[in-house]
This record gives sequence, C-alpha cells and structure tokens, in this order.
Amino acid sequence: MASLARLALREEEIEPMARELSAVLDHIAKIDELDLADVPPSTHVIEVTGGLRPDVPRPSLTREAALAQAPAVSGEGFLVPSPQA
Amino acid sequence: MSATGLLELTACQAVREIAAGSLSASELFAAYRTRAEADRAAGEGGLNCFTWVAEGAPRDGAPREDSPAPVAGVPLAVKDLFCTEGVPSQSGSRILEGYLPPYTATVVARLQAAGAPLLGKTNQDEFAMGSSTENSAFGPVLNPWDRERVPGGSSGGSAAAVAAGLAPWALGTDTGGSIRQPAALCGIVGLKPTYGAASRYGMIAFASSLDQAGPLTRDVSDAALMLRHMVGRDPCDATSLAFPEEIARPGAERLDGVRLGVPEELTGEGIEAGVLEAFEAALARAGDLGADVQPVRLPHARHALSAYYVLAPAEASSNLARFDGVRYGSRASDADDLLDMYTRTRHDGFGAEVKRRIMLGTYALSSGYYDAYYGRAQRVRTKIAEDFSAAFGQVDLIVTPTSPSVAFKLGEKTGDPLAMYLNDYCTVPMSLAGIPAISIPCGLSRALPVGLQIAGPAFSENRLLDAAYALEQAIGFDAGAARV
Repeated sequence: MASLARLALREEEIEPMARELSAVLDHIAKIDELDLADVPPSTHVIEVTGGLRPDVPRPSLTREAALAQAPAVSGEGFLVPSPQA
Repeated sequence: MSATGLLELTACQAVREIAAGSLSASELFAAYRTRAEADRAAGEGGLNCFTWVAEGAPRDGAPREDSPAPVAGVPLAVKDLFCTEGVPSQSGSRILEGYLPPYTATVVARLQAAGAPLLGKTNQDEFAMGSSTENSAFGPVLNPWDRERVPGGSSGGSAAAVAAGLAPWALGTDTGGSIRQPAALCGIVGLKPTYGAASRYGMIAFASSLDQAGPLTRDVSDAALMLRHMVGRDPCDATSLAFPEEIARPGAERLDGVRLGVPEELTGEGIEAGVLEAFEAALARAGDLGADVQPVRLPHARHALSAYYVLAPAEASSNLARFDGVRYGSRASDADDLLDMYTRTRHDGFGAEVKRRIMLGTYALSSGYYDAYYGRAQRVRTKIAEDFSAAFGQVDLIVTPTSPSVAFKLGEKTGDPLAMYLNDYCTVPMSLAGIPAISIPCGLSRALPVGLQIAGPAFSENRLLDAAYALEQAIGFDAGAARV
C-alpha cells in the first residue's frame, strides 16, 4: 500500500501504521450494518448548473513564474532524475 | 484612541471608527502587527499562532485613511493553506516550506479588494488534517485560555489569534469541523458556509468535495461582515455558486416562532457532561427568546464519521499526489531514480498524520476495495443528506454542541488517531451534507469555553446568523480571559 501511495516507510514505522490503520478501519466497518442496496451514491451535495466557463483561451502563468518554485529546472522545463538509473 | 482601546474593537466597530475618522487604519495595523510579530518571534514560547507576519502594511490594499472600501483597514489573518502571491503558503507542511505561490486565493483577494490588509499567515495542522493543530510542521499552537491545552484544529492558529487578540479576525477552512471546532475550543465564532458559497480557488486542497473557507471572528456580526465579502461565483472554481442573496447584518433580538431541532444522535452518548450542561442552558435561553425547541432525528448521523474517514482520506490521497518534488516544494537529494525521488521526497516531507490518511485513502480507493469502502461511504453520505432534508421539513435549524469536549491537553490524543477523529463527531454530518453551520460560545465548563453549533439548510446563512446573533446577545459570553 505504501509503495502504491509513493510513500517509503521505514521498518520501525510499519507496525504502528498498520495498527493505527486497523483501528480506524474497524471503526469504519460499522457502516456495514446499514442496508444500502437501493441507495444511490452521492456525486455532489449542492446542485451546480453551468459550472463550466466558456472554452476560450486566456492568459495563464508565464513559463518563468511556473518554473520559479521548482526544486530543479533545465532550460524551459522541470528537471527530474532519470526514470531508470 | 489608546492602544488597548483599539484592540478592543470588533471588526465592525473598527470599520465604523475608521470611516468616521476617529481611528487611524495605519495605527490599527501597526498595533496588531506588533502583537502578531511578538508572538511569531517567541516561537513555541508564545502561542505560535503565526507562520508569517507582514513586515508592514502592504503596498496594494494598504490601509487608506479615507477609503470607501467596505472593510477598509481591518487587518486580516489568513490560514497558511490559502495561496498568497509572494508570501509563504506552506499548509503547515515541511514539504511546502518556503513555498511562494504565483497567485492569490480568490477569497483572500476579495477581502483584500474590500480593503482588508494581510496581517499574517496562521499555523494549522498539516494540510488541514487534525483537530488540535499539533500536526503542524511548525510546532503546535497553544490555547490562550490555558497554554497546556490545544486550540482545536485544523484552523487552530486562526482561532487562537482571534481569541488572544493578536488579530481582529481571521480566515480558516473547514473540511469536517476545522473552523467550528477550534472556534468552540477558543471561545470565538466560526462559520462554515454552504458548500460552494465561497470559492476554493487557491486553497491548498485536502478533500475537495468538503473543503470550504469561512470566517473566525470575535462575534456574529463580524462573521456576517467577512462572509459578505467572501461569497459568490468564481470562474476559477467550477463548484462555486452565486449566493442567492446578500449576506445581511444580523439584528434579530427574538427567536419567536423559530423551530430549533435537537438531534438525539448528536446530543447524548460521548458528549462530556459539562458540555451538555452548557448546551442545555443555551437551549433554555433559546426558549426564553421564543424559540420552539423540539427533538428531531438524524438516524444516520452516527455513521457520518465512518463515511467521512473514508471519503476525506480518499480525496486527500488523490489531491496530495501532486507533492512529488517536481514543480514546487522540497525534493529529497541523491535519489537513485525518479521513483526513488518521489518516495523519499514524500517520506521526508509529510508528517505522520498525513501519511496515515494517504495510506487510508489509497486503500479505500484500491482495486477490489473501492466498492466496499468508497462506494458504501458515498451511499451513507446520501442517507445523511436525506436525514437533514427530512429534519428541515420539521424544524428551521438544528442545534448541537460543536465539540464533544472542551479543549484537551497537548499530547493527550496524539497517540490515538481514532480518539482524535471523534472530536469531529458533531461537525462532520453537516460537512457531508454540504450545509452551513456556525459555532458560537455558549458558556464555560471547567473554566474553558463550550461551543454551540447551529446548522441550517443550504444557503440559509442569513437565518443562521440572525439566530446566532440573538443567542449571542442573550448569552453575553465574556471572552476577556483569553486576551494576551
């Protein structure tokens, strides 16, 4: 699960994490007692109509501003380590 | 006006004094800046409310002595997770330490345009995940009523700053109670608006279907004033809505004919005796004011917390995928390859609670478990919204205690995540239903403030504020003990 979440856990962190998550999942399991067969899942709680704006180009961040907070940049883009070292 | 005199003013009073020329906006800003900066400089020797304090009045939106702007010159403290252009916005996380956003959140920009200068950024639980502000990478915030206790969370810095008189008012955010619960524990007013009433643009996201910005203020009138300048449709947030009416200045003196529903599911087991006592005294006051107080049922409310702790972590696990050390924030050095860089950056940058919720959310969304967790939780959410709809057919507003307990001791619940989550028991149902709710102080238990929560149907903010105002006047809560 940790690797799926892109989280590295140290050996000593695994046991407490598993224990705490089990306690929370046990509490969550209480909803199993409800009969929800005919209940539709919520998709949104407040009805929004016309939420989309017109599909027209508008100014966005400059490249300089978009790159300004990056830990590493290379010329016009974000610099990252190679996917395969 | 004397230095202490000007700190006594509510935001509404300060606006009037500035407009009348009897108060200088720059003096007001300087007085608060000095106090906020002293607290920041003291670090954990102070209340630790602020992660950043303005060096002086800002160039744009600076206090203008003769400005016609509606909240001209009232300094605004802003929760760290709101993006503020060129000003550190770190969401209480090591992974965003020193992050300077290239733009400003819509609600902050609106309040600035209405004349409120930015005073500082306030400390919070990391990514708003917590109920005590102990999960901040920048140290815990202390409760000004008792420095051995937590201020609540996740907007704990905002709540403590307002209660202690380090800011006249503050912006917070509420996902499952993060405005209302710290307001309750600090003896101030906190309002979570209807979902969509205020733009989420520029809020560093926790759980997008639940997050809402709202005011933390000294009184109900200030909450109405701030909310008036926050709400409205924003083209940058597709879930934001045009508010159907102007937020009015509350002025009700009586509650004649107002039907107040008391849900047995949120007012019995698990609520501290002293909290229930203060709550019942407030109900008696409501009755004296003419309200018709009656029992109401929310049959699925006791399942709200379970659904919330599936849905909010699920959304968080997705939202927080963006923190990967590529575009902003910190990056672990000496990574072997790209995947190693991701995992090490996130391991080093996130605190324990954030990791816990990302794991929980990843699990709830994973193949084979999705229907059992996320699917079921979304169905419970439907039932909870239906419960409220049915209840509002019978009553106008619903009242509960805001928090099951008064402020607890630092460290008391950090070792038991489930005990910490139970703080949200009374506030989470309203969040899942997307409806507005306000917390006002209603008395003391063991010399610590107790909050009264009032909830109403979607877009009932004006009625909510009116009822809260009438009760506030009748209760006459004295918050003086929290001032530093």
